[in-house]
Amino acid sequence: MTERPFARRLAAGLVPAVPYLWLGVFFLVPFLIVLKISLSDPAVAQPPYKPVFDWSDIAGFFSGLDLENFELLTQDDLYFRATLSSVRIAAISTALLLLVGFPIAYGMARAPERYRSLLVALVILPFWTSFLIRIYAWVAILKPEGLLTQALTGLGLISEPLDILNTETAVFIGIVYAYLPFMVLPLYATLEKMDDTLLEAALDLGSPPWRSFWTITVPLAMPGIIAGSLLCFIPAVGEFVIPDLLGGSETLMIGRQLWSEFFSNRDWPLASAVAILLLIILVVPIVIYRDVEARRLEARP
Amino acid sequence: MGAVRRAFAPWSNPDAKPLIRFDNVTKRFGDAVAVDHLSLNIFEGEFFCLLGPSGCGKTTLMRMLAGFETPSEGTITLGDQSLAGVPPYRRPVNMMFQSCALFPHMSVEKNIAFGLKQDGMPKDQIAERVGEMLRLVQLEKLARRYPSQLSGGQRQRVALARALAKKPKVLLLDEPLGALDKKLREETQFELMDIQHELGMTFVVVTHDQEEAMTMADRIAVMDHGRIVQVATPGEIYEQPKTRFIAEFVGDVNILEGHVQGQENGLWRVQTGYAQAPLTIDDPDEVLHSGQAVAIAVRPEKMVIQRDPPRTGALNVLTGEVWDIGYLGDWTVYRVKLATGEILRVTRANASRFVENPIDWDEQVYVTFAPDAAVILAE
Repeated sequence: MTERPFARRLAAGLVPAVPYLWLGVFFLVPFLIVLKISLSDPAVAQPPYKPVFDWSDIAGFFSGLDLENFELLTQDDLYFRATLSSVRIAAISTALLLLVGFPIAYGMARAPERYRSLLVALVILPFWTSFLIRIYAWVAILKPEGLLTQALTGLGLISEPLDILNTETAVFIGIVYAYLPFMVLPLYATLEKMDDTLLEAALDLGSPPWRSFWTITVPLAMPGIIAGSLLCFIPAVGEFVIPDLLGGSETLMIGRQLWSEFFSNRDWPLASAVAILLLIILVVPIVIYRDVEARRLEARP
Repeated sequence: MGAVRRAFAPWSNPDAKPLIRFDNVTKRFGDAVAVDHLSLNIFEGEFFCLLGPSGCGKTTLMRMLAGFETPSEGTITLGDQSLAGVPPYRRPVNMMFQSCALFPHMSVEKNIAFGLKQDGMPKDQIAERVGEMLRLVQLEKLARRYPSQLSGGQRQRVALARALAKKPKVLLLDEPLGALDKKLREETQFELMDIQHELGMTFVVVTHDQEEAMTMADRIAVMDHGRIVQVATPGEIYEQPKTRFIAEFVGDVNILEGHVQGQENGLWRVQTGYAQAPLTIDDPDEVLHSGQAVAIAVRPEKMVIQRDPPRTGALNVLTGEVWDIGYLGDWTVYRVKLATGEILRVTRANASRFVENPIDWDEQVYVTFAPDAAVILAE
């Protein structure tokens, strides 16, 4: 009979262990491997770096690790420019996503209740096709003799073919298109919960609708705005496929740099160092967000 | 205060100009008629109550006054101004919402200041006015709190302060005390009355709770199916209900159905199936004819229950058996079953602490009422 509570305690202890185990196996361990590679030197070998971990020579293994790759990252301003440009592109894209996503989420939250689940399904629908194919489709739309040019010339709006493909504009279009659901869904979730009588109360107290939008709707949607922005900003900084397919050679992004270090130069250690750098860049906004959130909760328990 | 209030009766003065006028107002939602050709005057300084069951149109009427709904037909005037086409944010009318509708991201003082800010009032004046309002609702200590940190009663006070802050010509209160428990509710009712009296503002309250309406209002409009059935003071509504619906909706009542036999010495004689002798009713205002079907309404507290037979020749004597006794502390409720199967509700104040040999279950009893205790309602 005493076994039972023990088994139960064990089970109770195991349940929270599941997410930790998952994170440990699929995040922490790979991260440590990448970290280790970033501290190694490139080598013409299999695998293409050294030292390789060896139980018989642990001291030699650790002495073979150094920060050379990170020093290189600070010396060559290519990486700095690529990082800056990635953050800039991601930030502008996130702003554009907010601009496009907010009205969509607002319209969905205001739609009659029976249509809402259909609208949510429609927002998710693009995920049913491959991401890569959808981005390729944009190549066909944006290229000089593509669908967009044809449509606009057909309407008589332009006479020259549009030269959008392989520019930063194309990258913005691609990111906004691909990431829109990640912006719309968290926004929708907060806007849908909002109590309509708050807007009526604001109206009643003398605030015209356009002013209530800024004083009531936006502040109350802030958790959704922050969540959506982070969900878009973070992957956009490291985005590789969209700038590679839609961007030009001058579209500098850290994800692309990482790819070329990895596959073109076969410099795994340097590529790993870039990956670690990217991670550090992205940890900053997450920490800020958590801090803001914690302070907000503290002010309002 | 009582004396002042009793003298306040602008509705009986034909020269008085109403502050709010509903003129033949109809509101339709699709095919449904929420408010049906309704006309109503509300005077300045009045504590006016719209009372009715849910779906009677009282909330729609209030929302039209606030500007959230537009009448399908008819006009609403406030003072000399027609409210047609005036958006809610330009009306000198503020509302206390049933759900309070406090802004969750603003502290108590910011909530109260919200309306004043919209008017572009200077900051120091806003602070002064907010302080005044906080004192009025006794929440000075909670100025920095957020709505989520307040109790239900405190939230209600903030909502009231916020709605009063702009000194509106009319304050609308939508089921203002619905969320409070009974004790707090009663206290708040009296507080609301005091505040209204102190500010001299016009209050329009929507409620389905007749006790709330009776306690607070100068006048009550009882609504049913989008129409006003009766507008009168609480006393008139209770003692002289115009229809059976009102008699039954406001307070408890016993309804005795019968036919008019005739008039004797100014008293109506009504033959019913409950007693052999016709019942005698003193309701001189009614115009009835012989044979007309009527309902006699008698309030439970105006009936007398007794074990001994009344003296011979007594009027309005019914006999029955005690079916149920409910002891409420201040009152005892007797449910008396008549020979015809109808159950009468009779209440008796428990004026003394000990009663010797009280009336018990299953006893044969006599129930009597005075001719002027009853009201005749034409069917």
